[in-house]
Amino acid sequence: MSLAGYEVEVQRDSGLTTEEMTLNMGPQHPSTHGVLRFIVKADGEVMRTAIPDIGYLHRSIEKISEKVGYHGFMPYTDRVDYVSAMHCNQGWGMVCERLAGIEVPRRGEFCRIIACELGRIASHLLAVGAMVQDIGAYTPFLHALREREKINDLLEELCGARLTFNYMRIGGVAWDLPIGYPEKVTGFIDQFEPLIDEYNDLISYNKIYVERLANVGIVSKEEAINYNLVGPNLRACGFKYDVRRDEPYSIYSELEFDVPIGTGEVGTLGDCFERYMVRIKEMRESCKILRQCFQMMPPGPVLAKVARKLKPPVGDAYIRVEASRGDMGWYLVSDGSEFPYRTKVRTGSFAAMSIVDKVSRGLMIADLIALIASFDVVAPEVDR
Amino acid sequence: MTPAEVHQTAQERFGEAIESFNEKALDPFIVVKPTAVVEVCRFLKEEPTCAFDCLSNMSGVDYLKENKIQVVLHLYSYLHRHDIVVKVDVPRDNPTMPSVEGLWKAANWQEREIYDLLGVVFTDHPDLRRLLMPEDWIGHPLRKDFVEPEEYHGISTRRESLLK
Repeated sequence: MSLAGYEVEVQRDSGLTTEEMTLNMGPQHPSTHGVLRFIVKADGEVMRTAIPDIGYLHRSIEKISEKVGYHGFMPYTDRVDYVSAMHCNQGWGMVCERLAGIEVPRRGEFCRIIACELGRIASHLLAVGAMVQDIGAYTPFLHALREREKINDLLEELCGARLTFNYMRIGGVAWDLPIGYPEKVTGFIDQFEPLIDEYNDLISYNKIYVERLANVGIVSKEEAINYNLVGPNLRACGFKYDVRRDEPYSIYSELEFDVPIGTGEVGTLGDCFERYMVRIKEMRESCKILRQCFQMMPPGPVLAKVARKLKPPVGDAYIRVEASRGDMGWYLVSDGSEFPYRTKVRTGSFAAMSIVDKVSRGLMIADLIALIASFDVVAPEVDR
Repeated sequence: MTPAEVHQTAQERFGEAIESFNEKALDPFIVVKPTAVVEVCRFLKEEPTCAFDCLSNMSGVDYLKENKIQVVLHLYSYLHRHDIVVKVDVPRDNPTMPSVEGLWKAANWQEREIYDLLGVVFTDHPDLRRLLMPEDWIGHPLRKDFVEPEEYHGISTRRESLLK
């Protein structure tokens, strides 16, 4: 047989036996983005299956909500997905507001969107940075994290925290923007946007990087919908759907932005590279949204008057927000008391993890790393 | 289609299997008999005017007082951009319903989670194991009458208050 251009003599019936190997990967592994575990069945370097075993980060957040009341649950939502905590805040706020019939003041909505879009850039920077690092390039990771630190500084100025923000409240946000905040954020965007090009030059179209990712882990559009893949993972399949644009909530209907989708420029639609590239493109759109927000922002209050002991009427509500990892669903049941009767969070990473078993079949073991990095799986969001 | 029209279409087709429809709720929902859930869902997915191709969310709620567990399916159609909520009531002492995994693969893990946390058994599910809790865990934590065990494999689940 021919191996890498050389003729290699293969001894057959040499008496050596081959067998399928079962390997354990994780739960503590630097490239698993949290505490994830895979049971890999491999034939040589090729995976037969990679079965995810989740639950290591299960903190029973849904159960906690039944004990702490509506307002008290807000800090816990940060921990659902601590990489883009703002969106979880917003999801919880929105589902409570929908059930209790609370209207958020217009300026409050703008504050929320500004915080969320900053959070989205920060989350995507970590996603693309960590992905590059998982593939084996270290420098771009530092470039991405350097920019992320600046956003963390901005968010710290906004709400005092760098990771678990607890910035939003049911009925709006906790505080208005600090003085001079629009200028600071705009200054950051002005400096950040050219860096996206620099980042692309540095790694995105690097030949080794592209060959590692293109045509690897392809998910078709139909499969993605069937498994309920959402957000960038769905859009990478060439399907133009974004909750912000197609089921607009908050003030997104007034803002202009594109929804980047996979193009198959170097590989196939729905491969690892497309999922990576969609995130890069989305950061630009978030910058666009931020600029518009500062121009359109009206003065006024940021927080509606909401009862201390919130008692929404008996019933249930379901809302969806476009978080960094896509469409995040919040389902809330109220029994009329001051504690939620049942809360359920349906997250993007959960769906992404459930498809790993299917997509990983036939991939090389090393590609599993690229696969879960490209899905941008964040373990706490899977387990809640 | 509005939820009322979806209900109308399904009602005409299935009659008795659709137990009720609530249009006044925030998210209007239809209640389906457990035995008919797969047929109704298949119809909702495959009927071109409905085309609910996405199982957006699936969750369970334990109604202790009414002695039932309610499985809630939030369906969404990417094609028509409309949604409907399907609710299925199963008795608490024998919570069994057929799996919809054959229609939406997304249901695979969602049903495992409901089985894990609420103890609803989905018949015909290809791989009904616990998802979040350890495999040897006893009980279903999101049930309202669940009592946390004192210890798990010798690890105490109690903690003394630090404020004493």
